[in-house]
Amino acid sequence: MPIHDQGYRRYAGERRGGDRRWPVIARAGIIERLRERRFLALMLVAWLLFAVRAVQLYVGTTIVRASFFAPSEETFHSFLNQQRLFVFFITIYAGAGLIASDRQANALQLYLSKPITRHDYIAGKLATLAAFLIAVTWVPAMMLLALQVLFSGSLDFVSSHPRLVPAITITSVLQVALASMTMLALSSLSRSRRFAAMLYALVTIFAGAVERVLQTATGAAGWVLLSPQNTLVVITDALFGIEPEIPVTIAVIAIVALMGVCIAVLERRVRAVDVVA
Amino acid sequence: MTGPAFATALGEAGSVVTITNVSVRYGPRLALEDVSAALPPGAVGLLGPNGAGKSTLIKALLGFIALERGKLRMLGLDVRHAPLEIRRRVGYMPETDAHIPGMTAVAFVAYCGELAGLPRADAMQRAHEVLYYVGLGEARYRKVETYSTGMKQRIKLAQALVHDPDLLLLDEPTNGMDPKGRDEMLALIRDIADRISVILSSHVLPDVEFACDHVVVLHKGVVATHGPIAALKGDSARVFELRVKGDETQFVVALRDVGIESDGESGDVMRVFVPADRPARLLFEVAARHGVQVRHFRASVPSLEDVFARALGD
Repeated sequence: MPIHDQGYRRYAGERRGGDRRWPVIARAGIIERLRERRFLALMLVAWLLFAVRAVQLYVGTTIVRASFFAPSEETFHSFLNQQRLFVFFITIYAGAGLIASDRQANALQLYLSKPITRHDYIAGKLATLAAFLIAVTWVPAMMLLALQVLFSGSLDFVSSHPRLVPAITITSVLQVALASMTMLALSSLSRSRRFAAMLYALVTIFAGAVERVLQTATGAAGWVLLSPQNTLVVITDALFGIEPEIPVTIAVIAIVALMGVCIAVLERRVRAVDVVA
Repeated sequence: MTGPAFATALGEAGSVVTITNVSVRYGPRLALEDVSAALPPGAVGLLGPNGAGKSTLIKALLGFIALERGKLRMLGLDVRHAPLEIRRRVGYMPETDAHIPGMTAVAFVAYCGELAGLPRADAMQRAHEVLYYVGLGEARYRKVETYSTGMKQRIKLAQALVHDPDLLLLDEPTNGMDPKGRDEMLALIRDIADRISVILSSHVLPDVEFACDHVVVLHKGVVATHGPIAALKGDSARVFELRVKGDETQFVVALRDVGIESDGESGDVMRVFVPADRPARLLFEVAARHGVQVRHFRASVPSLEDVFARALGD
């Protein structure tokens, strides 16, 4: 009889019920990214503008002679617009490899051999990227609003601008959803994170440049639909009470259609095996 | 015994996997055609040459591939209706190199445990345990990307074992391993099969013969034969090594006419399989009838290779 059995030993502990495994995927993705110093530096830089705006709020609220710094809806609107640059960089950095790297390492068959669905997998990956994007859009914008309340010592500004909180929230959600879904769909198309990053940059920058050129040349505002980012701006402008260049309904339809395409791509590409017909 | 007959004889209650008239199609190509088998508990080998449909069958069992026709049941559950419950109770080691990028071995295996439903602390503890078990204890803090081929095979086994499945599906587990590593992997599989059921897909006959008790031989998408290896190999007294001088081709044809199969190259030692209902002296009678001299005659130990050759009709 052996002194110590070194054979296979069975597990006698508890097993979690339920089929919601996406938080496990999201948490692992977030922790892995936060271990990278370069990414942490990028996140830190993305908050610099918040610091500048916070000082501006303090000066505008507490110094009477600096009333031109006083906050308005436009303060928050322009802040969220400026954060689009960081949304772009963080999306590329944290999102390009989300599915592409798994495809390269044949990890999809490992994921899908566990008790998780394809929707769990996609939701987990989406939540990974969305968490970082929310951290540089909605969170700082709402913190700015909280600072304004703190500096002024009253809720007057918030109550006199009732659409501000919904506008900030919806704008952030739309920015995050558009960037995450587009990046995830593009990431699923390739086994290379670099290629996925290039595709995203192409969709974002190139489409925007083409749209500007065509709009300048023809004077027609409809070209804005060529660029998903600028189409989104049409909607967010409307949310903050700015007259949009084209009817908002058309912009909403375009964004919803793009999301639909992204979902269709993910539905087709996220499979345990590539079945060649 | 044919597929459905075997399945019926064993009964669903006694089998971990029941395959009933399963067909799978990749575009115009039929990868599995009307496959039926019942796989009993213990170690079962899925044997067949490359392209026989072994991996396809495993992927169909996991619900990765839609069936064109038929029904699959694993651990008493219908694959189509309870895929998540099945995956909770099954471990899968894929054929191809597969890992979650950027993770150390212990983080990777623990993550797989969590995905399979283990609490976080238990998953980590179990990850350490199985990594030691598969022989990667010393390398568990290294990133998986830096592992050698043999180590990658071991970690694939570890991630399949971490949640302690009731059934382990192993697709070519010894691929790319050196002889020592291969022996160790087979010893692990043998040890695991004493506690949980294992389905081992391989084209390497000695691997299946060493590790398994039962075998299903697939060829061109159909079941060529299946059953307990010992029974398929048959009575050791019925296989003989033979070397003859004379018209060997005619002799082989004559043997076939009296129901005796043979294999082997011309001019070399051939192996003949004498059915139980025929006497061995029939060999000499046939040789004498066709003017062939028997130069060498010895009883042989039948191997899985013989079963395989007979099943494939080589």
